[in-house]
Amino acid sequence: MRGEVIEIVRVEPKPRVEVREDAAEAKPKADLAEDAEVQAETEVHTEDTAAAEAKEVVEEEIRGDDVAASEVEVEDVPVVVARATYEHPFIVRLCHWINLVALFVMVASGLQIFRAFPSFGAKIPQKDLLHWPKAYALGGWLGGGLQWHLTFMWIYIGTGLLYLGYQIFGGNYRQVLFVPRDIPGVWPMVKHYFFFGPKPPAREAYNPLQKQAYTMAIVLGALSVLTGFAVWKPIQFSWLAWMMGGFHYARIWHFCIMWAILFFVLGHLVMVVLHGWNNFVSMLTGWKKDPDY
Amino acid sequence: MNNRQWDEKKFRQVSRRELLKLAPLLALGAFAVPKWQEGLLKKGLGFSDWASGKMFRSGHMATTFENSELTSFSKFPINGYDVEDPGVIFEQWTLTVSGAVQRPGEYTLAQVQALPRYRQNTRHVCVEGWDVIGRFGGARLADFLRLIGADPAAKFITVNCADDYYESLDMETALHPQTLLCYEMYEQPLTREHGAPLRLTIPTKVGYKQAKYLTDLKVTHVLDRVGYWEDQGYSWFYGL
Repeated sequence: MRGEVIEIVRVEPKPRVEVREDAAEAKPKADLAEDAEVQAETEVHTEDTAAAEAKEVVEEEIRGDDVAASEVEVEDVPVVVARATYEHPFIVRLCHWINLVALFVMVASGLQIFRAFPSFGAKIPQKDLLHWPKAYALGGWLGGGLQWHLTFMWIYIGTGLLYLGYQIFGGNYRQVLFVPRDIPGVWPMVKHYFFFGPKPPAREAYNPLQKQAYTMAIVLGALSVLTGFAVWKPIQFSWLAWMMGGFHYARIWHFCIMWAILFFVLGHLVMVVLHGWNNFVSMLTGWKKDPDY
Repeated sequence: MNNRQWDEKKFRQVSRRELLKLAPLLALGAFAVPKWQEGLLKKGLGFSDWASGKMFRSGHMATTFENSELTSFSKFPINGYDVEDPGVIFEQWTLTVSGAVQRPGEYTLAQVQALPRYRQNTRHVCVEGWDVIGRFGGARLADFLRLIGADPAAKFITVNCADDYYESLDMETALHPQTLLCYEMYEQPLTREHGAPLRLTIPTKVGYKQAKYLTDLKVTHVLDRVGYWEDQGYSWFYGL
């Protein structure tokens, strides 16, 4: 079903024919108003000129004398009101939303843990880096923060693995993965978004800059887990801690990667707002109405 | 292109069905229910502890460091939950051994010190996030457990402290070669603030597991008391 394109059509409703039949009877005003509304809506949605012409033909037929014949015509020439593509498979959507909750919990509880020792220097003397407000932390105290963190990390890792497995083995990774041939398309997108350049034509679900951002987000997600394990288990995963320069530095990396992810989330949210409702709904239902490509 | 055509009603139906498939997401809302929250988080923490136990490798050593990498003794933090000096009278001090052991009773510091002495420069990691590298010296807890004839099938060690602190350890960690009954730091006798006359040094565990001012040691099959901080909500295993 992924990548499938459908046309959403409106078949001219039969009642129109029936209305004609009992036109002699007094039609309630409310009904007339409703009728006009339906017609107006149809016109708004009819962007395709060919479809519009077809509709006119249909309407002419309805006005004709042969009611039975016009009915057949009505059903045979549906009006295309929109197109839609299936962009986001179920597993991707499920992982996206669960991971959103897990990420929120991980960040808020992580900041609660950070509050216990808000520094990356020595304990003696202690120089605090920042005092994160308790209102924006989760858990109430260090122990509570750890409980949330050590519970939701499994959900965070679980959805991450399910997502990666699905993308890799399901073949859907091609939609997201930033590959060398996407490189030339990045700069035109940057010009479009940041310097009001012309909008490059869309050919697939994600543009090159989008792919670059999502691929980076996935890498950051993986790094957040790896640095997390280096902080949580610096001895059992001593090779991980070693790669990051030891426990002390692993903690700094873990913190920095959190901010990098939050930076991505911020950009992501701005783009979601800019790209409107249909784009947002596609992450809920999978189907994107009126895609650019 | 020969695209499939759906009327608007079908598109709405399909969209609604796809949206409803995300319903499992609502299960996460259980964490927001005050009545369930504590229990769920406890389960989550328990799962993490179980996973920690599985990840622990008894033959894997904690990284050791050169003397030049040590945190100076004056900058080694003193963390106590109550008092820095619970006023142990050294002359009268003994370690009371009980539980699943062949030779229960009172053990003196000299008996512990008669066991082979190990000195190691290891990292001490606090649950708060800070870490220091210290030089610790003492007898292997494994050697002491042999001395008292601990039942090898027992699963846990529990300790009580002069400041009423209490802790417990899994047997695997207790038998780890770097787990010491520590009586010296930086090659000097342990000072009162650091837990004199005897404390635990467990480089494979977080700081609060490493109890100070030991007074009692029990070998047991069933845990009756877990630990002071664990009772407040911290993880029990917390292996590094």
